[in-house]
Amino acid sequence: MLRYQNVFTQVQLRGPIENGPAIRTGSFVRGRSAHFNYWAGKLGAAQIGPIYLGKLGLASLVCAFLAFEIIGLNMWASVNWDPIQFVRQLPWLALEPPGPEWGFTPFVPLAQGGWWQMAGFFMTAALLLWWLRTFRRARALGLGNHVAWAFGAGIFLILTLGFIRPLLMGSWAEAVPFGIFPHLDWTAAFSIRYGNLFYNPFHCLSIVFLYGSTLLFAMHGATVLATARYGAERELEQITDRGTAFERGMLFWRWTMGFNATAESIHRWAWWFAILCPITGGIGILLTGTVVDNWYLWAVINQFAADYPSTGVLDPAALPGGAL
Amino acid sequence: MRRGARRSGGGVMALLSFERKYRVRGGTLIGGDLFDFWVGPFYVGFFGVTTAIAASLGTALIFYGAAVQGTFNPWLINIAPPDISYGLSLAPLKQGGLWQIITVCAIIAFCSWALRQVEISRKLGMGYHVPFAYSFAIFAYVSLVVIRPWLLGAWGFGFPYGIFSHLDWVSNTGYQYLHFHYNPAHMLAVSFFFVTGGALAFHGALVLSAANPPKGEYVKTPEYEDAFFRDTIGYSIGTLGIHRLGLFLALSAGFWSAICIIISGPFWTRGWPEWWTWWLNLPIWS
Repeated sequence: MLRYQNVFTQVQLRGPIENGPAIRTGSFVRGRSAHFNYWAGKLGAAQIGPIYLGKLGLASLVCAFLAFEIIGLNMWASVNWDPIQFVRQLPWLALEPPGPEWGFTPFVPLAQGGWWQMAGFFMTAALLLWWLRTFRRARALGLGNHVAWAFGAGIFLILTLGFIRPLLMGSWAEAVPFGIFPHLDWTAAFSIRYGNLFYNPFHCLSIVFLYGSTLLFAMHGATVLATARYGAERELEQITDRGTAFERGMLFWRWTMGFNATAESIHRWAWWFAILCPITGGIGILLTGTVVDNWYLWAVINQFAADYPSTGVLDPAALPGGAL
Repeated sequence: MRRGARRSGGGVMALLSFERKYRVRGGTLIGGDLFDFWVGPFYVGFFGVTTAIAASLGTALIFYGAAVQGTFNPWLINIAPPDISYGLSLAPLKQGGLWQIITVCAIIAFCSWALRQVEISRKLGMGYHVPFAYSFAIFAYVSLVVIRPWLLGAWGFGFPYGIFSHLDWVSNTGYQYLHFHYNPAHMLAVSFFFVTGGALAFHGALVLSAANPPKGEYVKTPEYEDAFFRDTIGYSIGTLGIHRLGLFLALSAGFWSAICIIISGPFWTRGWPEWWTWWLNLPIWS
């Protein structure tokens, strides 16, 4: 009953290192160092490298390093430069944005949020430089820009949380702090402050696309692995010249749920589901506090909040002087 | 050989151009040839029949519940589980009994669906990766409405069936543990969800970028896909590896989601932020 299900590679072939097709344009040449890793080869390709380190990549890495250092050193300073306490309290440590008294002032004193602004600036610069890099790398190989636009959707959500919405609200204090637990605290506080984000329809859509993306990858990954014995992983061939691998995969879903994608269209479903998650999420964030102050009350007005039997407990918000 | 195609009668329309040669007998787990046919594009099989019965009954009961509740507004329909006081016993229909029957229907429908996927996999000479993957989703659902309620001693701990009512349940259950984001299994689950979304975006985008190059360019081979990811981040996992990785990430998201709710209550009753005190109290620094 136990059979090989192609979840790992049994026999790894070792040929010469693949250096890849020539890069048509570029300020640097592609690196030469690459090696094989046995354990990487168990799951996927064994070859690690070579990498192309262009000007944009280099600049991006420098900015990312600066952001990382500013955040880390501020956290370390917050425990009086005690190395043990730094490690011990690391998940709780934060680099907080400027307080509400600063509004959206462009240059806040370093200790009052200026470091946060600087870290945010360098993180943003790193992301945008890396984003441009994805366009350039695709162009140098004659590929489409689909990866770059997908990456851009994620950057849009990050910038929405840390810059665009604070700008619209006129306060840096609305932005997310850097830190492991602190950013989780921000998320929970944000939802409570604005009346439960679960009633934000764009949050609903974002979650649908997040879960939908996971479902799609499980379905797609499983279908390809289940038909890998017919060569299903050669997707570009299956797109241009459909073979029995994808015919079987397509019929599997047609027979299961009455509908199927194709070798190409499944990747379009994947791409749209994945990018709509941060895009709809970002729209939901942009509307929160700017257009809608309390999503629950908004849901009551729009008649989609569930009605429960009274518990006999008075809602303080409904008392004279309350929010209602 | 062509039995299925003939059975679909006027539904030959439902056949894809290459479909006829794949519609063969066999591969069933139960029932032999009895339900070995198609209706339109759908394969039936014994488990198709059980799925249809369970899903129809469950759906009908949801409509009945909505009628009892007095609303057919899809946002507001709410089928609540029994009160905690019923413990693990059967409740009267209108006091949560409906929820119990609908839950049974759902589990039968989901398991039948998975077994139907097994039959279709066998028919098409495929591995069982899809039903295996789907079983993680069933596990997550069963964790919420059977395993955790059973461990806590009352069906009332299951979540209500309703679009916004189930979200209220998530909120309320989360805040019972003060701050659910501190649940370590929840952290893993959310991280896996996000990474899955990112990986899916990159996989979909990479294939589309090779199949849809700029004007005047030839469609590219996987060699170019590998070169793009190697040039950009120094590693390309490859055409087979990305599907293994994607499946692993997606199933991990579902698995840790199930774990994070099973441990909340049965194995940890305080606020989740408090759980992390073990880290602060490690002997190496205290």
